[in-house]
Amino acid sequence: MSAPLPQGPRPAPPSPASTSLTFAWRAVLKFKHVPEQLFDLVMTPIMFTLLFTFIFGGALAGSSTAYLQWFIPGILVQTTVFNTVYSGMGLSTDLSKGLFDRFRSLPIWSLAPFAGLMVGDMLRHTIAGAIILGIGLALGYRPEAGLPGILASFALLLAIGFGWGWIFIVLGLVVRTPMTVMTLGFAVLFPVTFASNIMVDPATMPGWLQAFVAVNPVSLMTTALRALMAGTAGWGEIGRALLAPAILTALLAPLVLWLYRRR
Amino acid sequence: MEMEPAIRARGLRRAFGDLRAVDGIDLDVPRGTIFAILGPNGAGKTTLLRILATLTRADAGEARVMGHDLAHEPDKVRAAIAMTGQFASLDEDLTGRENLVMLARLWGFGWRAARQRAAELLAAFDLSDAARKQVKDYSGGMRRRLDIAASLIVTPGVLFLDEPTTGLDPSARAGVWRLIRGLAAEGVTILLTTQYLEEADQLASRIAVIDHGRKIAEGTSRELKAQTGSGVLHVTPLDPGNRAIALGILGETAQADPEGARLSVPVADDTEAAAHLARLAEAGIRLAEFSLGAPSLDEVFFALTGKEAA
Ligand SMILES: Nc1ncnc2c1ncn2[C@@H]1O[C@H](COP(=O)(O)OP(=O)(O)O)[C@@H](O)[C@H]1O
Ligand SMILES: [Mg+2]
Repeated sequence: MSAPLPQGPRPAPPSPASTSLTFAWRAVLKFKHVPEQLFDLVMTPIMFTLLFTFIFGGALAGSSTAYLQWFIPGILVQTTVFNTVYSGMGLSTDLSKGLFDRFRSLPIWSLAPFAGLMVGDMLRHTIAGAIILGIGLALGYRPEAGLPGILASFALLLAIGFGWGWIFIVLGLVVRTPMTVMTLGFAVLFPVTFASNIMVDPATMPGWLQAFVAVNPVSLMTTALRALMAGTAGWGEIGRALLAPAILTALLAPLVLWLYRRR
Repeated sequence: MEMEPAIRARGLRRAFGDLRAVDGIDLDVPRGTIFAILGPNGAGKTTLLRILATLTRADAGEARVMGHDLAHEPDKVRAAIAMTGQFASLDEDLTGRENLVMLARLWGFGWRAARQRAAELLAAFDLSDAARKQVKDYSGGMRRRLDIAASLIVTPGVLFLDEPTTGLDPSARAGVWRLIRGLAAEGVTILLTTQYLEEADQLASRIAVIDHGRKIAEGTSRELKAQTGSGVLHVTPLDPGNRAIALGILGETAQADPEGARLSVPVADDTEAAAHLARLAEAGIRLAEFSLGAPSLDEVFFALTGKEAA
């Protein structure tokens, strides 16, 4: 080992944007080195899609094709919401391994690592969404609004993923083990995604459950996504879908900052 | 220009619940020196280092690092330090090269300069061949080297090293020692922690001994040895029946190894060791074995506190 110290002068400190970009680059590298993670992201939604379409589809909607029209926007919402768990797990892993100690001891914008996480999440949501949509299209799903509907839907999905992502970033910061983050995450997400209008029309549910389904943020997001795909969306539907993500961001982003700095 | 010490800490405290991990520590580390914090597991070494590196907040006390106040100018402190923790702070999924490029970018290097700096460090740390391997496939020694390289992207004013050689084999340990001496020769102040007296003795110009979050002794290696004895004479009587008599001859600072037949006594120098051996010979006690070694951490603790290390 010889002369490890740099010869030249120190570079000027990087801007918050350049720092965030570096963290985003790290997120992209992780996809390159760990492509298996995509498998985890899409396995369950693909199984759900096949199972519900071919086994329950006929009974629920008259035919598999008719059911696909109903189900694909819903499973896209479910996939996005479920996949936010993974960024919390990744964060918990980074924290438990001491990598964030290195980041926190650098003179950089303290939220930059989270900006990088978010970019990784957006990438994850886009790729997983594209795979599910592709399978849907192959099975016969036809969004009436065509490509513009799809693009608008994906924009909404990203906003949803961004908002819900904060829940698991908070969990990732306070829970020590990645597995616990996952268990806690699914314990919350299973009830809210099943007690929604993703799989079935809530008309046949008992009244108290219908009341919950009607205000469940997952239902509101699914309704808006169906409308975007069908080309019938109004601002009211979109606004209601964005309500939960907006509230979550407003409440949890400052909490994340506080938790991160407090450690 | 008045040169403030690299680190000046007064009354640092940090508790975790009822446990006082750091319980009122003062520290002065002159610039350009190697300073060792010596203590057993759980003494509070890591917590102390983390406080000084802005990673853990202190409950009380104050400190200045390279002239910047820890509480009020944490970003200036961060710009002046680097820390290699007890456990690798690397991204296991990325390659060694990608880890260094990422950190160089975070220090403000452009992409091309970042790749250049990463290549220099990989070469200097003998990691060029492993540059494109994911860190999860690195050996313990390679990981430690990369983790130290990651702290040298820019020249730090103070480098914190938390147990830099724990778990390394002797040749890897010698490599890290050479590196630490080289960095100090270039003017980097080094604050390291260790559980080995020999390591502190070999590297550091000053040593603080801590236990239960408190500093129980501080000085140069020579000053500490004056308190603890510079070494330990180990003797094993040929006839185990003679152990009690031999223990009496060696004096009250002598200790008997609870399992083996070995007796140990701290000595100031070789003359004192020879005198002990002569007295044993006079009493007709034949020895199966004798040796002179550096005192272990346990023995230092025993000498300083009169009790075993926690
Ligand atoms: N985050 C923490 N929460 C609770 N206890 C802690 C935490 N960090 C350290 N401790 C406790 O504080 C004491 C000192 O720990 P540490 O500073 O790691 O000692 P050392 O590095 O000398 O082994 C230990 O008893 C340890 O269990
Ligand atoms: Mg420690």
